[in-house]
Amino acid sequence: MTSRVAIIGTGITEFGELWDESFRSLITKAGTEAINDSRLEGDEIEALYVGSMSPGLFSGQEHVSSLVADHAGLKGVPATRVEAACSSGALALREAYLSIKSGEMDYVIAGGVEKMTDIPSNSATVALMGAGDQEWEAFKGATFPGLYALMATRHMYEYGTTLEQISQVSVKSHENAALNPKAQFRFKVSLEDVMNSTPVADPLRLLHCSPITDGAAAVVLASEEKAREICDNPIWINASSCSTDTIALHDREYVSRTDAATRAAGKAYRRAGIKPQDVDFAEVHDCFSIAEIMAIESLGFCKLGEGGRFTEEGETSLSGSIPINTSGGLKGKGHPVGATGIAQAVEAVAQLRGEAGKRQVEKAKIGLTHNVGGSGGTCVIHILSGDLK
Amino acid sequence: MKGIATHWRLIPQRYNLVGTECSNCGMKFFPPRDICPKCRRSGDIGEFRFSGEGTVYSYTVIHTPPEGFEFQKPYVLGIIELSEGPRLLSQIVDCKLGDVKIGSRVEQVFRKVVADGSAGIIRYGYKFKLKDPK
Repeated sequence: MTSRVAIIGTGITEFGELWDESFRSLITKAGTEAINDSRLEGDEIEALYVGSMSPGLFSGQEHVSSLVADHAGLKGVPATRVEAACSSGALALREAYLSIKSGEMDYVIAGGVEKMTDIPSNSATVALMGAGDQEWEAFKGATFPGLYALMATRHMYEYGTTLEQISQVSVKSHENAALNPKAQFRFKVSLEDVMNSTPVADPLRLLHCSPITDGAAAVVLASEEKAREICDNPIWINASSCSTDTIALHDREYVSRTDAATRAAGKAYRRAGIKPQDVDFAEVHDCFSIAEIMAIESLGFCKLGEGGRFTEEGETSLSGSIPINTSGGLKGKGHPVGATGIAQAVEAVAQLRGEAGKRQVEKAKIGLTHNVGGSGGTCVIHILSGDLK
Repeated sequence: MKGIATHWRLIPQRYNLVGTECSNCGMKFFPPRDICPKCRRSGDIGEFRFSGEGTVYSYTVIHTPPEGFEFQKPYVLGIIELSEGPRLLSQIVDCKLGDVKIGSRVEQVFRKVVADGSAGIIRYGYKFKLKDPK
């Protein structure tokens, strides 16, 4: 029987348009902070996994596994870049988790990084569209906001979800981001601000869309035996699951649902031995505000089609029954795509350690992270907790 | 800027909606697939030409287009459900932005899709228009 796996250290950079930071400086900062937090020397690290979606298009740099190991001072350590579009980060975490779970490793670091602002924003839009189907979506003039708009149109049609409900997700995200010193947008927005912002892809407007962001995050993982030796407050990864779906949105059976998330969540809940109502808070992939509504439905926090109403009633706010995206989410905190899955884990660890400051969820015992690639072609879920009595 | 061959090899599909069909289970695929996801290795994939008739399953209006589509904005992008079953993504043209609804009947037309700058190749392909214009 293999041991459990713990997160024993976390690090995260500020998120934003960081003109004076590079790809390598960002991931080095986050990784250094994570190793410091774990109280390891660094020599103990046996492997490195880094999630990054498109350093080739954003910075012209590939082979970032070697680059990251080199600049982190970990030359010689086996390093692997993991790519699954916007879910690259969580998939890197999952690979790191599996490497310890296999019994092969005791200490592994998982990072995520994206440096997105070195190219013009319309070029960044094209790079991000690499997460979709190039031949049958991008060729037709699709953008990612466009794909999520197609989901929103269908969700509104099937379930009567309103634009006000979708907009309420953005309002709530900004409220939380205002409390997060690392967030890109540390200010509130009103429902009117969201509803009247610039149209991007009907019905979605600018303030329904996560921004283009630079940032990095990292976590240090340890086997149960080692974590018990060196760490006072290990946070356990009770489940790690992944599911895939068609790469193209139009090939899905349902466009108003994220079935990869439903499947991954089912596996994760079974593995952790819990039910959706046992989860105290979650970081979900709100790349567009409609995505959070579909996420909370897939995760079983509310019934299918009721995500809009559930949000409108405040159930997902910091004081609600299931606080969602206490970090500010992708909308408020920012979305450096490869870093996002790791950043979600960093927020979950902060909540479970009781170190989330003004955005701390009371009695946060079990947290869930939900990271999506593309329009739903990949979904990676982790369930975390401290030592449960 | 992608090479000429990437477009050239898709000309039958992009010009004439030539997809595929599994002769084992009868499932039809557009965009085409080389393996039937249901029958997998026991399937037998052959060509199938779609009629170009369908209905709108979902739609959006793109206001912030990607590179190459700047001069077309705003444009309607829809998921079309073909009468033979499969769905595809396409622009819906020759209509006012507000005229497209879920369930609207559409038919295939042949149009310029995108040009690779002033000196690059012009890529043509299918778009759709409303069958019952207002």
